[in-house]
Amino acid sequence: MGELKLMKGNEAMAEAAIRAGADAYFGYPITPQSEVIEYLMAEKPFERTGMVVLQAESEVAAINMVYGAGGSGKRVMTSSSSPGVSLKQEGLSYIAGSEIPCLYANVVRGGPGLGTIQPSQADYFQSVKGGGHGDYKQIVLAPASVQEMADFVKLGFDLAFKYRIAVLILSDGVIGQMMEKVELFDQVPRMTDAEIKEKYPWATTGKAKGTERRIITSLDLDSLKMEKHNHHLQAKYKLITENEVRFELIGCEDAEYMFVAYGSSARIAQKAMQMARKKGIKVGLLRLITLFPFPTKQIQTLCDQGIKGFLAVEMSAGQMVEDVQLSVNGRAKVAHYGRFGGIVHSPEEVELALEQILIGG
Amino acid sequence: MAEITLEDIIKPENLVYEKTRLMTDKELSYCPGCGHGTAHRITMEVIDELGLEENTIGVAPVGCSVLAYEFMNIDMTQAAHGRAPAVATGIKRVWPDKIVFTYEGDGDLAAIGTGETIHACNRGEKIVIIFINNGIYGMTGGQMAPTTLPGMKSSTSPYGRDVETMGNPLKITELVAQLPGTYFVTRQAVHTPAAVRKAKKAIRKAFENQRDNKPGVSFVEIVSNCNSGWKMTPIDANNWMVENMFPYYPMGDIKVDGVMVK
Repeated sequence: MGELKLMKGNEAMAEAAIRAGADAYFGYPITPQSEVIEYLMAEKPFERTGMVVLQAESEVAAINMVYGAGGSGKRVMTSSSSPGVSLKQEGLSYIAGSEIPCLYANVVRGGPGLGTIQPSQADYFQSVKGGGHGDYKQIVLAPASVQEMADFVKLGFDLAFKYRIAVLILSDGVIGQMMEKVELFDQVPRMTDAEIKEKYPWATTGKAKGTERRIITSLDLDSLKMEKHNHHLQAKYKLITENEVRFELIGCEDAEYMFVAYGSSARIAQKAMQMARKKGIKVGLLRLITLFPFPTKQIQTLCDQGIKGFLAVEMSAGQMVEDVQLSVNGRAKVAHYGRFGGIVHSPEEVELALEQILIGG
Repeated sequence: MAEITLEDIIKPENLVYEKTRLMTDKELSYCPGCGHGTAHRITMEVIDELGLEENTIGVAPVGCSVLAYEFMNIDMTQAAHGRAPAVATGIKRVWPDKIVFTYEGDGDLAAIGTGETIHACNRGEKIVIIFINNGIYGMTGGQMAPTTLPGMKSSTSPYGRDVETMGNPLKITELVAQLPGTYFVTRQAVHTPAAVRKAKKAIRKAFENQRDNKPGVSFVEIVSNCNSGWKMTPIDANNWMVENMFPYYPMGDIKVDGVMVK
């Protein structure tokens, strides 16, 4: 059993970065995720593992430091919250085009604009549909506990390097700020320079004499070549869709209705599920762990099993619900419920929405 | 007298000039007469002569030189517009033993990338920044840059740069020299053989500084022409540069070994 600690979600993520053998963290302060860089600076991973921690002059600079360091084969990450993540979209588009593996976290707060510092899930579209320009995807992991804030760092780095892609830990102000028990995994040693050179021949680590140089770029002025590159990217996203869907089914054996939720909303929906079941309503919960790739096939299987309706519960005006609708494709009723703008819905509100909007609506 | 044939001339002992080893065979995309080709060549000659080929990573952001990775035959990273100093910071921090340099134009370095430039210099990143200043946005077709001279015409200042509404040209090189994080700051040109020799010497010093782990950025500005953007012949452009650019952007070292030059 690993070391047990009581930690904030943001702190658990920072500690997990050190333990996952990260080479660098580049960040910029923003509420409600500043604990990540604060924890790292206080913990001095440069002395523990040799990991670099640098406070950048801007969100834009931070993601470009990730771009440079990730392109040279190192395990690097950044984190921010909604307004900061909007600033990073240019860099993330370049990262997608240049196929740079990296990890970043968005501890989401209410928007639009400067919005509020309270929790939200209104960055779903930005996260799964591509917030920057061009046709691209990134793997999106949605932790619902402090434990998963830690575990998804390790998983995220592994997936990032498996597919040469950006992996996003899409958290929110609740998960980032709350304290829970977390079992920390043991220290993974940082890769040596020699290991990186051998394992990642695409990385810019210096061109050995007589070998082909490595180029990290997203540019090709020949549109036919660029179309080919886009086909290559799409094939990769298809492969990820086939292999990396992750979700959790809770109480769905006899279910007639399903909540579909992720992150803190999934925990609230689970409580609402218990309340509804006490009233005799047979409802289950599909908790999404990956938002891209989306569990379309699983939702179709639930339709096959005769689920009458799906209630998408999310702290937004209705974003993830669109992917549920696309997956259900008219075979069952789909509705949305959520408070937003920084307000967290209560289990009572969610249970009532199940009765009034989905079943009775 | 015996006739002299080509075979008599083309001999190793007669060699006076050869193609730069660390330049690829790719045809340069730069306009004839542009200074980029020379600046590329002397940069790669320095890397070759210092034996840094296997240890160097270059960063070229958006601008005419965004395609530098096509020509510089070493590991290269293309960067978003203005972001090269941040990208180079990322690489240098995780590979502190490597030599990392950026190669940027004036629109990139002194406009959209001002923040990244100032802060990389202020942190004293141990990188080389090569800054090509031709007073205009070349790649997009000759728009006004932060470095465009007062009264100078461009496609976005068709009646000349009006400093009342468009501001004055930014001397960013003098600005970064004020920061404790810069170790070597110099301004050069590549329009004559003598200037090329001086510029190469400056670039060599910059790379030597990094190789020797000197504290801070080595910053080499090269004032260059953009005959296409300026709508002049290459010769006229060089003459215009000497008469108009050099008085505003004076040649020579500004800071050496961390000390301002009087």
